[in-house]
Amino acid sequence: MAVQTAPIAVSLPEEVRPNLWQRLTRNYVFRRVIKALATIFVVVTVTFFLIRLMPSNPVEIFIQEQISLYGMSYQEARDQASALFAIDLDAPLGQQYLEYLGNLLQGDLGQSYRSKGTQVVDIIRQFLPWTLFSVGTSLLISFVLGIGLGMLMAYRRETPIDYALSTFASLVSSVPNYLIAIILLVVLGPQLKIINIASMRGSISPGVQPGFTLHFFLDVLYHAAMPIFVYVLTTIGGWMLAMKSSTIATLEEDYVTVARARGLKDGRIMTSYVGRNASLPLFTQLAISIGFVFGGSVLIEGIFVYQGIGQQLIKAINQRDYPVMQGIFLIITVSVIVANLVADLLYSRLDPRIRLGQGETK
Amino acid sequence: MTIARGIIHWFRQTLGLIARNKVGFLGFVGLLFFIVLAFVMPLFVPLDKTSRVDKIYSPPSAEHILGTDFQGRDIFSLVVHGGRDVIVIAFLTGAISTLIAVVLGSTSALLGGAVDSAIMAAADFWLAIPTFPLLAVLATQIKLNDVWLLSLILALLSWATLTRAIRSQVLSLRQRDYVEAARSLGMSNGHIIFKEIMPNMMSYIAISLVFAMTAAVYAQGGLVFLGLLSFSDNNSWAVTIQLAWTRGAIFFKDSFLNIMAPVIAIALFQLSLVLFTRSLEEVFNPRLRTGV
Repeated sequence: MAVQTAPIAVSLPEEVRPNLWQRLTRNYVFRRVIKALATIFVVVTVTFFLIRLMPSNPVEIFIQEQISLYGMSYQEARDQASALFAIDLDAPLGQQYLEYLGNLLQGDLGQSYRSKGTQVVDIIRQFLPWTLFSVGTSLLISFVLGIGLGMLMAYRRETPIDYALSTFASLVSSVPNYLIAIILLVVLGPQLKIINIASMRGSISPGVQPGFTLHFFLDVLYHAAMPIFVYVLTTIGGWMLAMKSSTIATLEEDYVTVARARGLKDGRIMTSYVGRNASLPLFTQLAISIGFVFGGSVLIEGIFVYQGIGQQLIKAINQRDYPVMQGIFLIITVSVIVANLVADLLYSRLDPRIRLGQGETK
Repeated sequence: MTIARGIIHWFRQTLGLIARNKVGFLGFVGLLFFIVLAFVMPLFVPLDKTSRVDKIYSPPSAEHILGTDFQGRDIFSLVVHGGRDVIVIAFLTGAISTLIAVVLGSTSALLGGAVDSAIMAAADFWLAIPTFPLLAVLATQIKLNDVWLLSLILALLSWATLTRAIRSQVLSLRQRDYVEAARSLGMSNGHIIFKEIMPNMMSYIAISLVFAMTAAVYAQGGLVFLGLLSFSDNNSWAVTIQLAWTRGAIFFKDSFLNIMAPVIAIALFQLSLVLFTRSLEEVFNPRLRTGV
């Protein structure tokens, strides 16, 4: 039973007003942003030390490769490596680290060492938007549709609709997404010839100019359709099942009974009372889903030859192009951390208990 | 005699509990099928290594019940021999990560304070990192060509989710009446953990283990598919898929089974695991068991 807080009529006793610093540290949004920044900082640091200190680390591999392939002297190879990784290898490790951080802040992630002269940042700028678009759209569709279908299942409990949707949800949520992608590709493509897999490749058809035209928009959707379909299909089951059990629990809450007793319309109860409250716990699971879909893009983009950042990561991995690998891994991680931050802030807007620090589990 | 009878009784009872949930029982039968397929059938069906140029992508026949692959090898024999590594790695990974999670999760919940904050902060941090790209990048640095090493790495990648789950479970169980009662009777911490809390968490732990297994199947399949994992004698389903994929088997009508047979094997194995969790709840529920 939620305790009703009576409107405060009396003036509060004189209290020392918290200063700016105290207000900041108690502020949920501020704390959450700091946490995200700290996480990014740790990831960046760990990545740097992995690259520099691991036995057979990429820098060392690169130097050895240059010496054996091109007959360079050790010093020449080292200079090359310094330039490509944007790390001054002659400086002490501590200074190297600080310079690396400085370069990162300026957006300098080094250069690809397979295609000479290509900045890692340019690769990211070119390919990341496509992944953000397809993954973001999918997460949104899947979350919204999953909540809707989950509520439907809860309201129509123990009916054929519920059984059919439950079976569908368990099926799609247990099969790995890249297998679903392969099945769809093989069955819809060469077997049934419903889709033309060759023309759907890439993120845009050759010759189509980017711009605010319907033609461009449709072409983008055409190329992203299969990846989005797979992401949605493989994540929607989880949302449906979670929303179903959450809705069933919410339907038994007193405030729902009270709302019914007050004679509110069913539609209003369903959206403002049940739906809003039942969907809250799902936001906490968004974090895992965001990371999973983003991570899965490495496989899905490879299968559909969708030119996003995931496919570039595979390419870099296959070519052992370490600066590119490192840059893309960092940008994927940062994207996931930022997406989680957005999800959490959204959650705190919807559920004031979080913002006010009462929903924290202790 | 009484021991034998006890074991028989235990088996009967467990089977009965599994069968209480129809869907879970279906998963159980599926798992049994795959265990027999992967560990018993290879004794009878030899692995087909001969390539037959005249029989590439031949359709199912009495001789090759699932047809032949891009080299003319028998697909059925590939499917039979492809399960062992997948199942072993999945189980090892599940067991290791569940062990880590139980130790860290219960330590975190029972000690509380700074230890709890530290473990949870580490878990939060770990959850923010997309594991599959990390794994793919790691695979370029570490040679993952050993079943144990691979399982260990896969387990280390999935500890955070499980640890959080186990911690919250211990936290809620700790406040149950029977635990309070044991504590007020002056029982030791060890007794409370192993005799009061753990038995009531077994179903939860078993279910976590199964989900960790599905994650392991996902990750190892993905790695193989990207060509980042190569055992010397690895014929796992994922390898068959990867070979079929790189040989362009998806483009031909006749090669359908070459790529689909291992895909469906992995998919059904995953589905069986997930469905089986529905029964685990009943199997480990101490209230549903009677003594001999």
